[in-house]
Amino acid sequence: MRHTISILLANEAGELSRIVGLFSARGYNIETLSVGKTQDPKWSKATIVTDGDDATVEQIVKQCSRLARVKDVRLVTTQPHIEREMALIDVSVSAGAERQEVMNLVKIFRAKVVDISHDKMVLEASGTRDKVDTFIEMLKPLAVNEVTRSGSVAINRLSSLESFRSDTKAEAVAA
Amino acid sequence: MAFQHFRDSMNQSAVIAEPAVALNTLAQSSETPALSCRGAEILIRGLIANGVDTIFGLPGGAVLHIYDELWRYRNDITHYLVRHEQGAVHAAEGYARATGKVGVALVTSGPGATNAVTGIATAYMDSIPLVVITGQVPTGLIGTDAFQEVDTFGITLPVVKHSYLVRKAEDLEDIINEAFFIASSGKPGPVVIDIPKDVTAQITEYRGGTDGFAEYHEYHSEPDRPVVEAVVRKILAAKQPVFYVGGGVVSSGASDELISLVEKLNIPVTPTLMGLGGFPSAHTNSLGMLGMHGTYASNLAVAESDLLIAVGVRFDDRVTGKLNTFAPNAEVIHIDIDASNMGKLRKPQIPVVSDAATALAAINTSLESESLDTERLATWWQKIREWQAAVPLGCSGSEDEIDPQCLIETLHEVTEGDAVIVTDVGQHQMWAAQFYPFKRSRQCLTSGGLGTMGFGLPAAMGARIALPDQMVVAVVGDGGFQMTNQEIITAIQYNVPLKVVIMNNGYLGMVRQWQEMFYDRTYSEVDLSVSPDFVKLAEAYGAKGLRATKPSELRSVLKEGLEYDGVAIMDIVVKKEENVFPIVPAGGESRNMILK
Ligand SMILES: Cc1ncc(C[n+]2csc(CCOP(=O)(O)OP(=O)(O)O)c2C)c(N)n1
Ligand SMILES: [Mg+2]
Repeated sequence: MRHTISILLANEAGELSRIVGLFSARGYNIETLSVGKTQDPKWSKATIVTDGDDATVEQIVKQCSRLARVKDVRLVTTQPHIEREMALIDVSVSAGAERQEVMNLVKIFRAKVVDISHDKMVLEASGTRDKVDTFIEMLKPLAVNEVTRSGSVAINRLSSLESFRSDTKAEAVAA
Repeated sequence: MAFQHFRDSMNQSAVIAEPAVALNTLAQSSETPALSCRGAEILIRGLIANGVDTIFGLPGGAVLHIYDELWRYRNDITHYLVRHEQGAVHAAEGYARATGKVGVALVTSGPGATNAVTGIATAYMDSIPLVVITGQVPTGLIGTDAFQEVDTFGITLPVVKHSYLVRKAEDLEDIINEAFFIASSGKPGPVVIDIPKDVTAQITEYRGGTDGFAEYHEYHSEPDRPVVEAVVRKILAAKQPVFYVGGGVVSSGASDELISLVEKLNIPVTPTLMGLGGFPSAHTNSLGMLGMHGTYASNLAVAESDLLIAVGVRFDDRVTGKLNTFAPNAEVIHIDIDASNMGKLRKPQIPVVSDAATALAAINTSLESESLDTERLATWWQKIREWQAAVPLGCSGSEDEIDPQCLIETLHEVTEGDAVIVTDVGQHQMWAAQFYPFKRSRQCLTSGGLGTMGFGLPAAMGARIALPDQMVVAVVGDGGFQMTNQEIITAIQYNVPLKVVIMNNGYLGMVRQWQEMFYDRTYSEVDLSVSPDFVKLAEAYGAKGLRATKPSELRSVLKEGLEYDGVAIMDIVVKKEENVFPIVPAGGESRNMILK
């Protein structure tokens, strides 16, 4: 199953490679990866989308948690969450009708035109992965030249943040 | 003295970063004035502050400043000059394994660091606390393929608990303190500090103390009460329980708690290779080691058990054999400090993420009020005693050749069961595990996880240095001995009375055994009959060399070697084609042992 993992790690040289190295060493799959600073510049957040059965994903969370510079690892997808991707798409638009067609799609998908020339446009789209997928799919008949996609970023919904950490304890007591 | 250094370095103005700031600090501080010194001195002082008095290493260009400083502090820190960096790390491991303290190795950049990698990985797999300091090319040259540059941080990444590339001298003090904390806290492990040469020359201020870093992790040391109660309920309800105990018992010092718990509950115990000594081998409740070369009784008891109380273990494949047939009818209580071990290979009914000693103490406490029927496991014990009687460990007992098993038994007698045994890797390792009854934790030092040939001799040297009042014996094969025997001269140089017993079977014995059993006796590249004369080799090093080829010579040779006041190499020529039994073929069901 597809899962999104959110890792809070020290914003220090080499720390990201430790996480990426762990994924390759243990044979875990990285579908997308995106990293950026958090509100506290000492900490970065990495969002990794991975694919694996429950046991594998549980191991990924635990293995990442072991790292000395990782403060928190959260399996975002077990709780209500918001997840977004972004894409920058270069399309050729020769005739006026094509241009109109693109503009319609841009409108439907609430995308943006961020650059334009006589025969090309660069579009920016963001949203769930499915939405971005569909948008690109719809553009395909119109000669898509280049697609650059970000990895996912995700955050838990406000209602879900509390319950996460007590999971393991509850599991133990239930047994 | 340090101030003197500061003044000295003033003259080398090129390397002074901010002398004015440093002087200011000196003037400002009221009680203990902060000192200004170069990175190299901060490193050495940091080591001393963390209790280090012993280092194993070998110098080179990138660590010249450090070695220069080390020389000035030679009364505080003894440096053992090894002859190969792998030896340095194994010696540091031996030191750490024997004591639980953090072992320290110091090597240069490039080849020094790559030579150290095997030792670092060995420590990583067995969770041994180490701080390994590697030199690096100056920061300005990093990434330029400079002379002796290698990406030590990258190469060691998968085999360290943590690592640092130090970018400036100001960071060094906190890094050292944190490195010692990380290496020894929670689940121990090796930490690498890669220090570029210019950082060791930069002048900055040294504060003193061992703090200055943030703790990132809280270790769940105390298990919650309801969990402990659930554990106790399960244990009391079990009809065929077994304790399966490993290296976590040794490293957390849980031995006493384990013994009292086992005696209260009268449950059988089987240790892993890494757990040997954590529970006394000769205790009536001990069934001996389990797993690939485990005893018949241990493997059957586990296979038949209804409750496995797994303490400080990780369900390694050498223990479980085919995973889904391992303890197939058992529920599992898994106590381990590493949460990632819970369910990594076997999902426990009750996971207890805790230091083993703390968890066992909590279980002991909550059992205080229980009155236990001592006969409740009588039928279980009867089965076990039958298995023990049916297939005891033994050897063929030949007249004119020395049996390897008999060598270990005789070594046990001659050392009165008290020696710290450091093994290498191979058949001799398994026989040492089977035939030397260990009394206490840290009495059996062995490379379990990585199975590193060449570990034994240098690790024994490190252990002996850590334990100046104890008998330490390396038991090695004729193959592994030749991988690190260069450290004999280190032992000679520093008067470390290293004792090495070579179990000389003329083969890469363990591999030969597999070829005999699983490859139709195709002995492909395992013949060691062309080997140096180990007695002459010993003598060339200035050690005492002795040889036994007949059973009648065995005891006297061992005695003479062990009593000799100095380094002794005992070449014990044993039966060539003896096999280790029982054996569970790799990936097989552990109840299906080949017994002879
Ligand atoms: C560095 C390294 N290389 C290869 C191996 C594979 N290996 C495991 S046991 C063994 C044979 C060891 O021979 P020897 O040291 O003579 O010990 P014996 O088995 O004969 O007691 C080998 C080659 C290893 N464990 N470590
Ligand atoms: Mg051999």
